[in-house]
Parts: sequence; C-alpha cells; structure tokens
Amino acid sequence: MVQDISILVGGKAGDGINSASAVIAQLLNQLGYYTYIYFDYPSLIRGGHNFAIIRGSDTPIGVHKTTVDFVLALNQDTIANHKTRFKETTLTIFNSDVVKAEGQGISVNGVLKTENAPVIMGNSAIIGAFAKAAGIPWDIIIKVFPAYISKGTEINLRVARRAFDQVTTVYPVESIGSRRLCVITGNEAIGLGLIAGGLSAYVSYPMTPSSSLLHFLAENAQRFGITVVHPENEIAVILMALGFSYAGERVAVGTSGGGFCLMTEGVSLAGMAEIPVVLVVSQRTGPSTGLPTYTAQSDLHFILNAGQGEFPRFVVAPGDTREAYYWSAVAMDVAWRYQVPAFILADKTLSEGTFSLDPADLPELSLGEPIDWDGKTPYRRYAETGSGVSPLAFPGMNGAVVKVNSYAHDEFGITTEDSGVVTQMTRKRMRKAALLAEAMETFSTVSTDGPANAGTALVCWGSVQGACREVARELGLRLIKPVVLSPFPKLLLNRTLLGVRRLIAVEENSTGQLAALLRFHGITVDAMVHHYDGRPITPDILMDRLREVGV
Amino acid sequence: MTMRQLVTSAQNTWCPGCGNFTIQHTLKTVLAGMEQEGTRLDDVVLVSGIGCHAKIADYLNINSFYAIHGRAIPVASGIKLANRELNVICCVGDGDVYAEGLDHLIFAAKRNIDITVIVHDNRVYGLTIGQYTPTSPLGFKGKSTPMGTMEYPLNPLELMLASGATYIARGYTKKMDLLKTLIRGAIDHRGFSFIDVLQICATFLNLTDHYNTHTRELPVYDRSDALLACEKIREWDYNSDAPIALGLFYQRKAPTFDEQLQHKSLPKTERLLRTREFLATRQ
Repeated sequence: MVQDISILVGGKAGDGINSASAVIAQLLNQLGYYTYIYFDYPSLIRGGHNFAIIRGSDTPIGVHKTTVDFVLALNQDTIANHKTRFKETTLTIFNSDVVKAEGQGISVNGVLKTENAPVIMGNSAIIGAFAKAAGIPWDIIIKVFPAYISKGTEINLRVARRAFDQVTTVYPVESIGSRRLCVITGNEAIGLGLIAGGLSAYVSYPMTPSSSLLHFLAENAQRFGITVVHPENEIAVILMALGFSYAGERVAVGTSGGGFCLMTEGVSLAGMAEIPVVLVVSQRTGPSTGLPTYTAQSDLHFILNAGQGEFPRFVVAPGDTREAYYWSAVAMDVAWRYQVPAFILADKTLSEGTFSLDPADLPELSLGEPIDWDGKTPYRRYAETGSGVSPLAFPGMNGAVVKVNSYAHDEFGITTEDSGVVTQMTRKRMRKAALLAEAMETFSTVSTDGPANAGTALVCWGSVQGACREVARELGLRLIKPVVLSPFPKLLLNRTLLGVRRLIAVEENSTGQLAALLRFHGITVDAMVHHYDGRPITPDILMDRLREVGV
Repeated sequence: MTMRQLVTSAQNTWCPGCGNFTIQHTLKTVLAGMEQEGTRLDDVVLVSGIGCHAKIADYLNINSFYAIHGRAIPVASGIKLANRELNVICCVGDGDVYAEGLDHLIFAAKRNIDITVIVHDNRVYGLTIGQYTPTSPLGFKGKSTPMGTMEYPLNPLELMLASGATYIARGYTKKMDLLKTLIRGAIDHRGFSFIDVLQICATFLNLTDHYNTHTRELPVYDRSDALLACEKIREWDYNSDAPIALGLFYQRKAPTFDEQLQHKSLPKTERLLRTREFLATRQ
C-alpha cells in the first residue's frame, strides 16, 4: 500500500497547471491523505514552463520530495527539465500530441475534439488519465470537480472521463482512511486567520507572493463583510491602513520585500502614533526584484528593524497553514491590545503552497479585547496608564477629541519638544514592549518536534520546518522553531534548548539571519545550513547538507 | 448649546504675518458656523502633512491625525472609507502635496473620494528654511538653488482638472470672505474638493504686493463646463505676470469612491462562522 505519493504535473503557463494540482490534491484528500503542493512558475503570463508537485502522505507534510511517482506531462519540458525527479518506477502520463515519452500517452486534442471542448480543458483530460492510472474511483472525481471547476463542470467531466477510459491502472493509490482535511494555501489561511481576528479592511498593492491574499480577500469581500482596497502604491497602502485603524477598523496590509521598503515610514508612524496595524510580508528571493516567483528567508532582520527610531513590534513567522491561521488571528489581536504594528512574516513557499489543515485541530482562539475609552473622563489619546497602553476612542465618538501625532507628543497628542514629556512617552512605549513580551509567555511561541532527548537539534523558522521536521524524525534529531521572533521568546527558547549539545541552524538565506538573532540573545549556533537558490530546500538536499556539517 | 472652544492651549509658533493664521482662522469660523447649524464637530477630522501648515493640527481642538510629509491624503482616504459619516479635511502644504505626495493627490482626485484638500500654498519650503517647491516661480533663488531654479512651476489646478477632481478652487489669505465661502463650499461638496490657497511666507517669499495687485474674482460662467474652467485655469501659470483669478473654477456631480465601495459589514461572530463555512468547501 502506498502511503507517500508524489505527482509532478507540468506544462506551459496557461495550461492550467495550478488548478490541475489543486484538483489532484483534493483527490488525494478524499482518499484520506495529508497533502502538500509546491507550485513552481517563472515570472511570465503565457508560455514558459510551470509545474507543481503534489504530495500525499499518511503524516502531516509541508514540503515536496525531489523524486516523484507520477509525471503528468502537458509539454516536453516536463520530461526534459525534470530528469532527476524520475525513479525507475515513475509512471509518465503525457499528452501524446506534443510530448514524446515512455508511459501512457493520450491524445488530448483527440479527447477535446470528440467532446467538442475548448483547449483550456486539456488539464481535465490529464487529471482523468491520472485518476485511472492511480486507481482512483470515478465517483471521487465527480465529487471533487464541481468545487474547483465551477464553469463548465459537465463538459470538463466528460473530457476527464474520456481520458480516464483510455488509461489502465498501473500504480494504485489506495484510500487510507476517512479523515478529510481542508486543502488551502498559506495566503488563504492568513486571510481566514485575520478575519477570525476581526479583520474588517484589507489594503494592498499587488506583489508576488502576497497578491493571492489580495485576490482571495477581494473575491470574498462580500462573503466576509470586509472592505478591500488596492491603492496607488505601497506608501498609500500603509498610510490608508493607518487611516482605517485611526477610525476604528481592524485593518491589515500585504506585500513583499520591495513593497515593504516603501512602507517603512508608515511603520515608524504606526510605532510613534501607537496605531494598531497588521502587516503581512511574504518573502521572495532578493535583493531588489530578485526572483519574483521564488522563495527566500532573507528579510528577517529587515522586518525586525524597519523604520526609524525605537518602538515595540510583534513579528510572527508561521510555517504552515495551521500556524498561519492561528497566528494571523493572534497578530490582529496583539496589534489592537498593545497598539503596535504586528507582522506576519511569510514566504513564497507558505503563501502559495497548499497544505492540509485540520479544522478540528485549530488552536482555541483566546483573543482579548482592546482597552476602550470609558466615554466619561476627558479623552487623552496617550493617557498615562500603568501598563503604557492608553484607552482607545475613535473620531465620531461623543465628546472625544482624538489626536494622533507623528511628532513627539504629550498625552493629548499635541506636539512637544519638552525633555520630560519625551522621556515619559518613550518609557510608555517601552512599557508596552515589556507588557507584550510578558503576555507572550502564555503562548506556544516556540514549536518543537523530534525526540526531546536528542543531543543534536535543528533550529529553523518559517516554512523550512517542513523539510526540517522530516529530516529530524528520520535522523532522530530534535527540531526547535521559534514561531514568534519579536518579542524574542528568550525564556521558552532557553528552556527548550536544555540538553542540546549541538545546534544547527537551517535557513533559506546566505548569512544565517536567525542564527545572528540567536547569537544576539546569547544562544550559540554550532553549524549552519544555508540554501538560497529560490527553491525550498527538500528533505534529501537537507540530509546531504547535514552530512557535510557532520551529522 | 455650548459651542466648542476651537483652539487648543498649544503655543502657536508660526512667524508673525504668516498666512497660516488666516487659514486657521477661516477654518475655525467655518467650523463654528457648521456647529451652529447643527453639525457635530465630533464628526470632523483634520489630517495634516508635515511643514508649517501642519501645525494647524495642534492648534485646532478637533479630531486630528498629524501625519507625515506628503501623506495626509492616503490617511484621510482611509478614514473616510472606514467611516463615511466623518467629515474629513486635509490641510497640506505645497511642498508636501505637490512634491512628496503628488501621487496621492492625483489618485484621490481620480477616485473622487469625498474629502476636502486645502493646500497652504506659500510656494516655498518654510520649515526647512527656504527651498523651492513645485509652485515656486522660475528662477527662484532658494537655499538648494542659489543660482535660481531652472524649472517652471506646475499649475496644480490644471493638474486637478485633468485628474478628475470635482471641486476646484483657488483662494488667497488676504481675501478672507471668499476663502470662507470656498472652504465651506468644499466641505459641503460631495466628492473630491480641492482648494489651492495662495498665502505669503512672511520670512522666505513675501508676495503680498504682487497678490494684492494681481488677484481678482472669477466672472460668472457655467462652473460645470470643463473647457471653460480649463481656459480660466490656464490664464495664470504660477509664473507669468498675468492676472490671478480667485474663486471656484469647476464643480460637477459624480459618484464618489467611498459611496461605491461600501460593503455590508458583519458582526465578528458571523465573520468567524463564515471562515468555517469557507474551510468546509475545501474539505
């Protein structure tokens, strides 16, 4: 019985590789598998070579493997570019009109012509052929298609059926249980988590790999009762968001590194004026335009330090859809309770990757309420309180004059250059930082995996956890992952590190940004694995790299 | 009914003779008038950029967002989109809005979002002590252009007409009654309102004599006629010795961005329920 299966589907941009991969993942989901999709595409609209690797497993997964069990080829590149992915047993299913290969060929044109179907339905033929080759019952296909192909479901099903009937079952993928998980992308999970945290407005300028979050929320704005705005640039995005927040709306923005460069003055303003805002920053390969459609973990220090001056901030780096959903809700809550900018630091692997999410396994959201003005005492936006957090009022409220200010200001929000008031207000902001750090001690800000008594541990952050977890389990290593990076979870991390004799950092950057952060907090990393070609590190590559550092 | 004390206790630091005093006084008078007519001043928000003009946020005792250089307009847009009941007024400077934040000005006009933009146009950077701005006359000798500028000023009214603004006016701080009418008209106008207010900078560019001898009120014409408005707007290019027309150049009715964008908001629990419903579609 197959318990871990990988399928490569490839074609030109415009061949519908993305939607084909989503349908195939859902087919595996209906057979009880945990699923994951890696989507790889160049920065162009038509042509080129797109591919996706869909993986199903009986344990949770967050990474693809280098080799695959099925290759579904809609173009010759799917064979030619992926030689290292083939095993002896790999079965190739291909469009015989345009691809020369060994395996089972079907004439996609023939199928489409018989059914009088348009060219864009070619991916349905390849899905049908795969299903039959993998022994997936036809009724599962009937169940899955309508959810993913809402337009022309009937004709797509006929196309799939005709291809289904032309193939023989070679490599049966059996049902392994009745568990049905949610198959969603990281960006969808972030969006849903933000809404769970009370999001009512989302402001964003398109930039890969954050754009699919903008698209998801814009498409579902009515369904979720939110306002979605796409303004002229990222400077307008962050300032508009601060306007929403000042007026009392829970708001988030989304971008990638280049767009975030433009937002930094706004972030500093949020810090000074104490305006709650959530920023989703999804990393791609830099510097500059870099590789727009590929991944990286090279903006950690940028996010931790962006903006002039000193002010508290919250930074969380989820590694899969479960963490993305939960921590996005928490980030929104933190932003409002402590009146700080809160960052969700994602990357292309998480944002555009598809992961299984078990809705029954979502952590309970124990969200607090922001401190609101009592409506009686004369309102002072920056009133001194023991905690450093001042009660919130919004313009339009009876009798409140709400003044926020980018200048150093007094309790009323009026500009001041008085040394005493400046010192007092700086201390107020720093007290919020201490309060936030203390509150975070009740959260699971560090996740662990692997045997708890292993002397060697991998330490990583973000989506790299997928590869690290598999390798840690296989090699009997401990895996330690700080999820919250600001405030730095020093206590919990040090407790987790007890008994670790050798610590190896695994990061998708070239300098070791987490390792540097750990060093700053007195934690020594003994060896580092860096990976920076824009592709997520896979377990087999990681295994090789760990051997190089003596594991 | 007790009227609001509209001035804060903040110490005023504008130079003696500064045009900003007039703008503040006029705005204050307009607000007091609105309050007398029954408008809740709790529903008014003032957004400013950074520069001499922006200190008005400290001086007026109303809701305010003292933003950063060039960025008052996107803040104001966010506030209006969050709460359409609010009356959102931007006080901005000429360097602030025509240089640093020009993109936002154009897009706010293009969207016809229902906010009011009052430009304190003294045609020089004051707070950074005397450099040219986008409306400084050709050859202006400032600290960054000691030999004189080599670029023509832009005509912001022409730019606003091209960008889609639905209320375009020019005022002058020495013509207070007209300025008051223009500001009140801008606030009452549903859509993007723009007033370029000529004010002198007492320290770095005192054009009092020039403005006093060259300004005149616009004649009567159909204010919704864009071609006529354009002709009037182009009579003076912010550089020549031509007469300087004051008043409302152009006004038309058009759907506003904020009224079109409104989505029905849902209670938090309902939203949470809908995320669960969405998840079920992927199960």
